[in-house]
Amino acid sequence: MPFNLLVLVCLAYVAFLFAVAFAGERRASSGKRRFLRAPIVYTLSLSIYCTAWTFYGAVGYAARSGLEFLTIYMGPTLVFVGWWWILRKLVRIGRQQRVTSIADLISSRYGKSNTLGVLVTLIAVLAATPYIALQLQSVTLSFGVFASETPENWALPNRDATVFWVAAGLALFTIVFGTRNLDAKEQHHGIVIAIAVEAVVKLVALLAVGIFVVWGLGGGAMAMIDRIENIANPAWEMRPSRWAGLIFLSAAAVISLPRMFQVMVVENIDEGDLARASWAFPLYLFLMNIFILPIAVVGMDLMPKGANPDMLVLTLPLSQGQGGLAMLAFLGGFSSATSMVIVETIALATMVSNHIVMPLWLRLRPATALSGDLRVGILLSRRLSIMAVLALGVGYFRLSGGSNALAAIGLIAFAGMAQVLPALLGGIFWRGGTKLGAGLGMSIGVVIWAYTLFLPSFGEGAALSAQVFREGLFGWHWLRPQALFGTEGMDPLIHALFWSFCLNTAAYALGSMLSFPDPVERVQGASFVNAFDNEQQAERLGWSQGQAEPEALLNMAQRILGDEAALSFFEAETAGQGKAGYLPDLTPAFLAALERRFAGSVGAATAHAMISQLFGRATVTVEDLMAVANETAQIMEYSARLESQQSELSRTARQLRDVNEKLTQISAQKDAFLSQISHELRTPMTSIRAFSEILTEGDLPAQRVADYGQIIHTEAQRLTRLLDDLLDISVLENGAVQLTLGTANLSDMIERALASASQTRPERRFEIRRDVAQEAIFLRTDSDRLVQVFINLISNARKYCDAAEPVLRIAVRQKGGRIMIDFIDNGAGIPKPAQALIFEKFARLSDESRAGGAGLGLAICREIMANLGGTVAYLPGQKGAAFRVSLPLRFDPGLAINLPA
Amino acid sequence: MRHVLLIEDEANIAEALRFILSRDGWSVSVVADGALGLAAVAELHPDLVILDLMLPSLSGLEVVAALRADAATAALPVLMLTAKGQERDRAAAEAAGVSDFMTKPFDNAEIRARVRALLGA
Repeated sequence: MPFNLLVLVCLAYVAFLFAVAFAGERRASSGKRRFLRAPIVYTLSLSIYCTAWTFYGAVGYAARSGLEFLTIYMGPTLVFVGWWWILRKLVRIGRQQRVTSIADLISSRYGKSNTLGVLVTLIAVLAATPYIALQLQSVTLSFGVFASETPENWALPNRDATVFWVAAGLALFTIVFGTRNLDAKEQHHGIVIAIAVEAVVKLVALLAVGIFVVWGLGGGAMAMIDRIENIANPAWEMRPSRWAGLIFLSAAAVISLPRMFQVMVVENIDEGDLARASWAFPLYLFLMNIFILPIAVVGMDLMPKGANPDMLVLTLPLSQGQGGLAMLAFLGGFSSATSMVIVETIALATMVSNHIVMPLWLRLRPATALSGDLRVGILLSRRLSIMAVLALGVGYFRLSGGSNALAAIGLIAFAGMAQVLPALLGGIFWRGGTKLGAGLGMSIGVVIWAYTLFLPSFGEGAALSAQVFREGLFGWHWLRPQALFGTEGMDPLIHALFWSFCLNTAAYALGSMLSFPDPVERVQGASFVNAFDNEQQAERLGWSQGQAEPEALLNMAQRILGDEAALSFFEAETAGQGKAGYLPDLTPAFLAALERRFAGSVGAATAHAMISQLFGRATVTVEDLMAVANETAQIMEYSARLESQQSELSRTARQLRDVNEKLTQISAQKDAFLSQISHELRTPMTSIRAFSEILTEGDLPAQRVADYGQIIHTEAQRLTRLLDDLLDISVLENGAVQLTLGTANLSDMIERALASASQTRPERRFEIRRDVAQEAIFLRTDSDRLVQVFINLISNARKYCDAAEPVLRIAVRQKGGRIMIDFIDNGAGIPKPAQALIFEKFARLSDESRAGGAGLGLAICREIMANLGGTVAYLPGQKGAAFRVSLPLRFDPGLAINLPA
Repeated sequence: MRHVLLIEDEANIAEALRFILSRDGWSVSVVADGALGLAAVAELHPDLVILDLMLPSLSGLEVVAALRADAATAALPVLMLTAKGQERDRAAAEAAGVSDFMTKPFDNAEIRARVRALLGA
């Protein structure tokens, strides 16, 4: 078969893949995703698990070790059939957190730690680079197979050049379809469709070769089975420890390999696809493997001894002159290799770009340049990362020389990548897992993996000296790379797997238990572990990612900025875009302006989270929410301060209102008082004036003159008394009264008061009952003032007691340093409603002529008692009018509390 | 002979007025209480009532209101005499329907002239 025809077919196939990917992108961007959403596409895309290692290497593996190659497919089968709920949780978390890679998932779970992101990225690059090199090698080898078989003088072009052009082509494809746009979620519809097509090609190719081998060369199925049963190769013996270890390893790999994570979680469109894949993907694996053993058996029989068993799929049809079938097989192998490289490159480039290149770039860039559009930068960084990953693969291929058995590299890569498994599974099922634990576990795991498996794989004396192999690192015997801690006689792979996993898991658990997660980590841990509960909550809250309409946005803006402000802002922005109306196009510039505007009202973090959430521009991260919470707390604190100021103000206002009310009341009282005084002064004045006019007119009998003169005299006295009382009460009320304190006998004071008061209605018989023995008490007080109070009370009794035989009883009682003197008459008493009034000024209850006073008597009494540290009060419940005077035995003005009147 | 009813609770003022007005030839009756005053009006049919503002039982304003409410006494001349000389007291008295208003202390000649005028002599 001519080599140039091969190259032509190959190029045509690549062009076909470009067309498929392009059509897929077109359909996706025009919204026709039904075809893309077909569950079979998802299952087929998962088939990148079967790389060139499966396509070529599985036959080689079977030729060397019999059925053991099946373990590589048993692990994934077990995971998909039995443990698909782990995958479902990963897919769910992936969608909730908009995870872009496995590094992103782990960094996100452990508090957005970029350190962990970098660690996982480095592990992935370390483990995947040889694997990518392996794919490139398989392509060059297969070219070589054709080249050597060609009868013409077509020598295989320079091996390195072949690798370079294959890699360049892959880079072009990956860049074209892998970095077309920047979704919030890294989904690549064109690439997924292309690898689904490639999955069909490689399956058809392998089945075709298999059918040819079994029925064309092997003489049918039964003959084939007999032939296999008769093989007695000691290397084909089943080794249970290796089987168990390899099944575990491949199960771990299918979850943690970057490319598997990419198609399974990141590219997942519908969770339901996973349910179908749970049986369809194992079925695909079954079909891929069904003819591996027959091809190996027949190939070993038919091909010469030194033939590379890894190339049997190609060489067998070629040796039988089946050029077309060989071409198909070549395309199958090519498909396996390219699809793996493309997806692996995208996955690695995303990690490298997001966790290494972008953080560095953002840090090194001048801060002023940050406001620009980051998209260009991100796309550039992504493209450079793709080229770098492929360049690493090419570099590794050129250095390693591509001589190792393909299967060995695959298993080493599996074991390396599986080191993220404890942190990954722990992260989604154990809230206690912490950043420190994850970092420790993965670091220790990957160091042990490198020391016991990866470095030794280069052979003795290459990466590790032969001395280290024999005597251990630093000559420590227990540190021999293939007999760690003295565990000799183990299979090197199982040995590495055992120690790396044991120590990785132990370090993860121990580190997690000994460290305390920070708040972001706790929140993320909870949302990862409770991914299924979160979903319901998020739905209940009505959070959804999507495109917001300008109308809805205006609505929201009105709530935040106020109706007027929002509308004028929208109008101005619309005008700025050269449009009429108030609904602008949702350009990035407008959204940025809106976000700045919101930031003024709700805080920068909240504004950013809101706009991001509305437009799915970026994930609302836990840090965003923390910042939002911070702002909210500040706002709440501020409003609490306002509220307390507000309440202080209203308290002051209330006090002012009270004072004002009191002042108004006092002013009204003053008016009423003046009006009263005016009345009280005018009344005697009227009599005096009227009678003096009568007297000056003369011509009156002498008796009349005498009577009228007497009236004038009485009224003048009344006037004087009133003025005295007014002055008295004024002094007493102002507290300006000069007390003359002295010690006096109570009995004497009552005696004096009785004598003075006898002037009131002297014509009436008035009986006084007192117990002089009780009154033998010495008081320290102002005796004149106290006597004044007594006189007032006794006079009142004499004046107002309406009993036929009036009696006044004076009773004295002493209690706890105070003395109480009661004045109780046998009259009608004072009616209850009036009892509260009698101590007010000018509160006279009966007619004036009989009272003869100004109505200030009891008011004066009250003021005097207040000045003497005592009280005078009406004593209700007695038969007649009753007053109680109460005062301290020894009055000390310094200590006295002037009791409220 | 024209009859003047004096409703005044200050005995000395009542005595002064009784003396002055009797000397002018009016017949003068004195009551010291608002309620008694109303009864006296009904009984004595006076030609003029001289009324104090501050009275026990019924105030002067209440007495005027009662007189004005009764058709028989609606037109009866009432001279209000009060020791409360503020403008608002005068306004209240006029609103209640008094015929004339004087403050205490008063000039004897003036009150005699007012009484004369009110009695239409």
